[in-house]
Order: sequence, then structure tokens, then C-alpha cells
Amino acid sequence: MMSKMALHFDQVTLAYARGATPVVRDASILAAAGAITAIVGPNGSGKSSLVRGMLGLMPESRGRILAGDVDLLRLGAREMSRTVAVMPQRESLTFPMRVRDYVALGRSPFLGMWDALSSNDIALIAGAMQRADIAMFAERRTDELSGGEWQRVRLARTLAQDTSILVFDEPTTFLDIAHEMAAFETLSRESNAGRTVVLVSHTLALVARFADQIVIMHNGTVAAAGAPRDVMQAATLEAVYGWPLVVSHDPAVGSPTLVPLRRPG
Amino acid sequence: MPSPHRRPAVLWTVTAIALLALVVASLAIGAVSLAPADVVRALLGRGEDVAITIVRGLRLPRVVLAMLVGCALGSSGAALQGALRNALAEPYLLGVSGGAAVGAVIAVTLGIASTAVMPLLAFGGAIAAVLVVLALAGAVGGSRDPRTLLMAGVIIGAFANAIILVLFADAPPERVRSALWWMAGSVADASWSSVLWLLAYVIVGVMLLLTRGRLLDVLALGDESAAALGADVGRATRQIFLISALLAAASVAAAGLVGFVGLVVPNIARAFGVVKHRPLIITSAVGGATLVVLSDLLARTVRAPLELPLGAITALIGVPVFLARLRRVR
Repeated sequence: MMSKMALHFDQVTLAYARGATPVVRDASILAAAGAITAIVGPNGSGKSSLVRGMLGLMPESRGRILAGDVDLLRLGAREMSRTVAVMPQRESLTFPMRVRDYVALGRSPFLGMWDALSSNDIALIAGAMQRADIAMFAERRTDELSGGEWQRVRLARTLAQDTSILVFDEPTTFLDIAHEMAAFETLSRESNAGRTVVLVSHTLALVARFADQIVIMHNGTVAAAGAPRDVMQAATLEAVYGWPLVVSHDPAVGSPTLVPLRRPG
Repeated sequence: MPSPHRRPAVLWTVTAIALLALVVASLAIGAVSLAPADVVRALLGRGEDVAITIVRGLRLPRVVLAMLVGCALGSSGAALQGALRNALAEPYLLGVSGGAAVGAVIAVTLGIASTAVMPLLAFGGAIAAVLVVLALAGAVGGSRDPRTLLMAGVIIGAFANAIILVLFADAPPERVRSALWWMAGSVADASWSSVLWLLAYVIVGVMLLLTRGRLLDVLALGDESAAALGADVGRATRQIFLISALLAAASVAAAGLVGFVGLVVPNIARAFGVVKHRPLIITSAVGGATLVVLSDLLARTVRAPLELPLGAITALIGVPVFLARLRRVR
């Protein structure tokens, strides 16, 4: 049974080589259980490095990344993968495989030596494929999918892990409007079910509607964090993105939305 | 793309029947040809003494050695391609062949190339080269990135070739010829002791790779996804690299350089739809055995009594099959 667990980046500093200039500096982020925390910010602000750091792939990492009260940086990869499911930003398969087999890899942290899937594993795989709306191409090969279909297949694999904490790095890239909304609705249902959902994203308008907390990263540090209405301020966003913009309120749904302006001249 | 011709079951059936037929043919065909029934009788220890000696003492160890060399190279290639996420990776590309060749050429040029010393030096050379490749990759960027391992392997291979050319410079021509002959691969000197020695490596090596089947499936997704699914990417890559290299080195020590098996066989298996690594390793082991047994049969019969170099025949057969397969997949 899934237990509720917050994800807490506690003064995390990360670098791509020992002694190199950190790409993330003293970042503290608390992602509550049962909520969606969105991490936004310009390219190179350190968002994806936070994800890599959590996976133990940064050569230098200081601070703590706590799942509940366990430090993920001290946990083995297999132990970690039973608590946190991560959908990385990029992934290309060297060797294509059947979609169903690919999604089933999401269960691998829980399997024994000979890979036997239990009826629970099989049910979780089927449920994940349904939630990501990919059941109709379960038998297709991964190299026969469009960019958006592949994103949804990866989403399904992440959901199949059935962990307390879910982390997605730009999960809706390549998705059309309907599938992007469907993906956000899926994440929303996961958080309502008590899971901790962390999302790195560039789609600020949707993030403002779905997220409970927005964290703005800038130059490797946390520039602002809080409820969408508090954080989505023109002055903050202009400074962070280095581009003139206004924040208005969407007439249809009332959430803050960001409108970048044309630069004169 | 529709997949009517991607049926693993077809591949397995054809390969199993072909291997069995080729083994019987290899035991029957030679300077003294025997009927298949006589081969079976001789295997069971019945029939004429001459037939028993030929089948059990000469041809059986040779065909078993050929099978083991194919198993080692095929499974090694399948695992390496998965761990390094590269369909062009093969055991020989990673310093194994270069290091083994340096060891063998040293034995030959020093005039100590007895059947006992040569395999030892070749094995030692291969292992030394693999350890240098691992150390080099670790020093420049860690073994987590498969590209550094591949690059280190290619560089050490080129360095080994340079050493060989230097060693050849003042070696007597007949020694150079004998070293070149060794490099072209052969199972002609098969003995039961070399068979048993390689058998031990193949059993242990293939078992170790099979226990890492799912790990290989996950590694093939790239480092971030593999880590997210619980793999210790750096350690797993190093382990699989080392096991694969040991398998290849053992086969090189037993039969010299038998090229292209580790590259071609796993790719053919994948083209038939065998994608998960556990079945892929088994399929590649059996497929590799089939290719090497067939190649050895051709090597010693096409221009009998002359023996053609085994490593050249495996390439001559394997490459066209590979290319044909590639065309049908595209």
C-alpha cells in the first residue's frame, strides 16, 4: 500500500564535476504529499539538474534530498526507485521494443531475479496504460510511435512504478492540446490520491491552473516559491526570464496567465 | 510497420535444426567421410574403432570447441550492445582482440609459441587491455557514459595494432606468418582440455549475464531512465563489460580471433524480434554456435585438404546475412 511522503530538497548544491561551479546552489524545495509542485524557470536554471541529482547522477551533490525522512542521496538506486518514480526529460531507445514490454519495465524495481510479474504487477501495468491513454497501442513497437505517443508511453511507465512520489521532467512536450490537458488531469488525480507530484515544466499557463505550488528557479537558486497567485508576479517573472511580459488573469478560468510582450525595435 | 517476418519462434526453430544438422555434418564430413548412422554409432562407442577415434577423438572436440567459441562471442556481443547502448559494439572492439593479439604476437616473436603458452599470453593480453580500457574510461569521465568506454576500447585497439606492427618489424617471416594465421582464428587444434576450459568460462559467463538480463533491458533506456528504474548504472556497466570481455578473451585464447560473430549474431536476432536481453543472450549464444560450426565446416571442406582461416569465413557468411536482414527491416 502506498504511503504518503513529502519530497524535500534541503539546501541542495549540485555540480557536473567535483570542484566545478555548481549548477544548483543551496536550493530548498518542499513538495507536499497530495499536492502538485511545479518547478519552472528559464533554460539552464537548474531544473533538470535537480532531477539528475535526485537520481544520484551528479558527480558532486551536497545537502539532502528527503523522501519522508529518508535521504535519497544515501539510498541505493534500487531502494530509491521503489519510493520515487522519475520520468526524465529525454529518452531514446537504442533498441525498439513492444509498448507493453516497455511499460512493464516500470515494475522492474520490484521484481525478483527471474522477472516473474505477479497479478498485482500486471494490474498496475494495465492501469497505468489506461491512465496514460495508450492501451490501444500496447502491441505496437516504440519506434512506430509519434513524439506525443512516445511521451504518453513514458508517462505510463512512470505511473506503473506505483510510488508515493512522482517526478516528471517536462512530461507534456510534444503533446497536442487534448493530450496535454489529459496528462495534467492524470497528474491531478495522482496528487488527489495522496501522491506527491513534482513537475518540471515550461507551460506556465497550465501549471498555474493545476499546481498547488510553483517554484521558480533562476541561475541555480530558488527565486520564488508559493501558491500560483502569489508567485506569478510580472516583476519576478520579468527578472527571471529576462523578457518584458505582463501577467493577466484568464477570463475563462480566472487563473494567472503570462503574456510575453514584443520587444520594440 | 507490419511485422510478419519478425517471429522469434521461426528464428529459434530454424537455428536449432540448423545447429543439430551442422553438428552431425561436421562429425560426418572430412578426409574420411562417414554416414550419419555411423556417426551416431561412433558417438555411442559402437561400430569400427577407426570411426570411433575419428568422431570422438578428433571431430567431436573440434565441433564442441566451435560451438563454445560461438556461444561466448554471441552472448558477449548481445550483452555489450545492450550495456553500451550501441548496436555496433562488439567484444573485439573493446580492446579484447587487440590485447590478445599483442600477447600472441609476443609469444610468436619470442619463439615461445607452444600450444600451452600462446593461449595464456593471449588471454593475459586481452585481460590487460580490458583493464586498461576500464581505467582509461574511469579516468576521463566514468564508465557511466558508454561512449567513453567505446572510445577507450577503440584507442587501445589501435595502440595494440601499432605494437604488433613494431613487433613484426624484425620478426622472421615464418613467425609473422604463424602469428597472422593465429589471428585469423582456428579450432583445428581443439583438444578436450581446451574444450573443458572454455566450457567452464562459457557456463559461468553466460549464467552471470543471464542474471543481469533485466538490468540490461533497463540500461538500454539510457542512464537517467536506468537510474530511475533502480540500476546502479556505472557499476552495472562495468560488471557487464568485464563479464563480456572475459567471455571473449577465453574464446580468443582457445581459438584465436574469430571476427564478426559478436557483432552480427545479436543484430540478426534483434531483427527477428528478440529484444529482451535474457532471450537475446540465449538466442545469440545458440546463433553464434551455429555460425561458427558452419564456418568451421566450410573452412576445412571447401578447399580440402587446405584449411581456410575460420575468422574470415565467419565474416564472409555473417556480413551478407546481416546486410540482408538489415535491408528487410528498413
